[in-house]
Amino acid sequence: MIRNKCFAFIILVVSLSLPVIAEEDAADDLTTLLSNMDVHGFYEIRTGYRTRKDKYEKDMSIMEQRLQLDLSSYLDWADFKVKGDIIGDLVEEQADFDLREAYIFTRPYDFMDLKVGRQILTWGTGDLVFINDLFPKDWQSFFIGRDTEYLKAPSDAAKISLFSELANVDIVYTPQFDPDRFIKGEHISYWNSSLGRLAGRDAIQHTDKPNRWFRDDEIAIRLYKNIDNYEYALYAYRGYWKSPGGLNAAGTQAIFPDLNVYGASVRGSVGKGIGNLEFGYYESDDDQSGNNGNINNSELRFLVGYSQEIGRDFTAGLQYYIEYMMDYGQHKNSSPAGLSRDRDRHLITIRLTKLLMNQNLRCSLFTYFSPSDKDVYVRPNVNYKVTDNLAVEAGANIFFGDYPSTFFGQFQNNSNIYTALRYSF
Amino acid sequence: MKLLKAFTIMLVFSAVLLAANNSNQPERITDVETIVNKANVMAYYQGEDGKAKVKMSITDKKGQARLREFIILRKDIKDGGDQKYYVYFLKPADVRKMVFMVHKHADINKDDDRWLYLPGLDLVKRIAASDKRTSFVGSDFLYEDVSGRSLEEDVHTLIEITNEYYVVKNAPKEPDAVEFSYFNVSICRKTFVPMKMEFYDKKEKLYRVIESKKVEIIQGFPTVVKSVVSDLNTGSKTDMEFTNVKYNINLKDIFTERYLRRPPREAIR
Repeated sequence: MIRNKCFAFIILVVSLSLPVIAEEDAADDLTTLLSNMDVHGFYEIRTGYRTRKDKYEKDMSIMEQRLQLDLSSYLDWADFKVKGDIIGDLVEEQADFDLREAYIFTRPYDFMDLKVGRQILTWGTGDLVFINDLFPKDWQSFFIGRDTEYLKAPSDAAKISLFSELANVDIVYTPQFDPDRFIKGEHISYWNSSLGRLAGRDAIQHTDKPNRWFRDDEIAIRLYKNIDNYEYALYAYRGYWKSPGGLNAAGTQAIFPDLNVYGASVRGSVGKGIGNLEFGYYESDDDQSGNNGNINNSELRFLVGYSQEIGRDFTAGLQYYIEYMMDYGQHKNSSPAGLSRDRDRHLITIRLTKLLMNQNLRCSLFTYFSPSDKDVYVRPNVNYKVTDNLAVEAGANIFFGDYPSTFFGQFQNNSNIYTALRYSF
Repeated sequence: MKLLKAFTIMLVFSAVLLAANNSNQPERITDVETIVNKANVMAYYQGEDGKAKVKMSITDKKGQARLREFIILRKDIKDGGDQKYYVYFLKPADVRKMVFMVHKHADINKDDDRWLYLPGLDLVKRIAASDKRTSFVGSDFLYEDVSGRSLEEDVHTLIEITNEYYVVKNAPKEPDAVEFSYFNVSICRKTFVPMKMEFYDKKEKLYRVIESKKVEIIQGFPTVVKSVVSDLNTGSKTDMEFTNVKYNINLKDIFTERYLRRPPREAIR
């Protein structure tokens, strides 16, 4: 019901905004659009190999060429953008087109911004850790060593932003559920709980995804305000677990159970650096009591972070993150013996970034470490700008773990090194 | 013949200039605080707000050049006090549409607030900004050169008054916090525009020079439209050129997350 009301509200807002929009001749508009057009993008080659044998995957972890074209233009009343990647993927042996952005942006009133179409959306305070940002992520791209930009997958959505002295509100309505680009097995082997073993290309994960337009939809709201440069925010989300969060009753297919999230965050200067706090309550709506072992338990998620410049062009960041299961007893009782996890998942992240050679060389190291799962994920990366247009890059994704089923531990055989060359224009 | 003609023109020209100069002899101020305050306002606080397109060319000692192009918007909260800056990048291609925003605090005990917006990720990042003497976008200009060094940080001494300049020596109150031992600024007596800054290292050797190469009067405000910084240690230099300079453009408070995520249209075109 709430979703339907929201949808109606958005339709109302969009239609109210239309009269503000100029009534120029369509042909004139097209001419103006073309003459205002800006074309940019890049061409990239990226190659990577596994550092150990994985019987479920190919030795090459990534092998692709990518051409990104970014077209933007504007009329009096709106900005337009289309950005897409043409990819030749030698791992999956296919050519692909990935439309990253295609939207209209307008400021119909002083107090309102409106962005409709395919777009990348981000909010929240975590650094590569997300609680209240329930916009789709592309974990596969992240793990095989694509540019960090690809961690965010696009949403097909309408975003309305309202601004006032009191507070600002963002409302994002996604009419058809946009899940994460989660690990399915084509590029990365993973722990398959129904098989009870690691799997990859032999068992591509098939899911039953909610996909009815305007019914299987998502709504995300952020209420925020800056007080003396401390940024406070409240969040609410109604939708689905973004990566498979359960199995169907027969236990044969992964599903995306209903999820509601309520949270808050604050970010601002603390001592010499920047501190942030964020929490979220994940209400697993299809299993409120936690009795259903096939569906994710409700959780409390909490994050605290701090980053500071510790030397010239040298920044360090530290985060502590915890996921706390609400109905652990039920989870334990309903899980097959030995497969229940710990009640809490603790995660520590450390970021070190150093810029050298007039900031043309960037060395960074991002590490996830979970003392409870006993697993580690390390992301070293070196990027050098040879010229203003040409950059070379090398890096690795290294996974360690004591158990085959933990979040990072399951990817042990996917540890990889990669290198890339990018020409931007 | 040509040479003679050129010489005559030059002579006449100089005479006219001299005459103009004599009839308009700048007053002689001896209070150093008045001088540095005027120079500070002249260099960083012209008008209520301002906009310019900036081209930077960073040339290393091998002669390899890198270009940066951005639009900078500024609004003063108080002359000589707090300010807000908004920097929208146009070049190079990999940082196009990135936005850098600063809420500058004149209080030396309060760090500036800095944000960075990365359009590819739609990410608003907060940057820790304790060290203002780091390079701005990889150039030889430091953050402090771009947004100004607080007058409270140094002890100012007027060391010389020439026909054209007041020469002021600035020694840091906290010498350990910076890499220089002092710097001298030559301030134009007529306009109060700082024309040259010379930085001396801990061994009192000159190692860094910033020069105003071209000053234009824009909307009545003397404006440095070309400047260059040379790092004598690394052999690197950065040229900075300002075009489309406009003052008092009636900038709203665009220094917020709203405009970080989506730049104000009138300001960037």
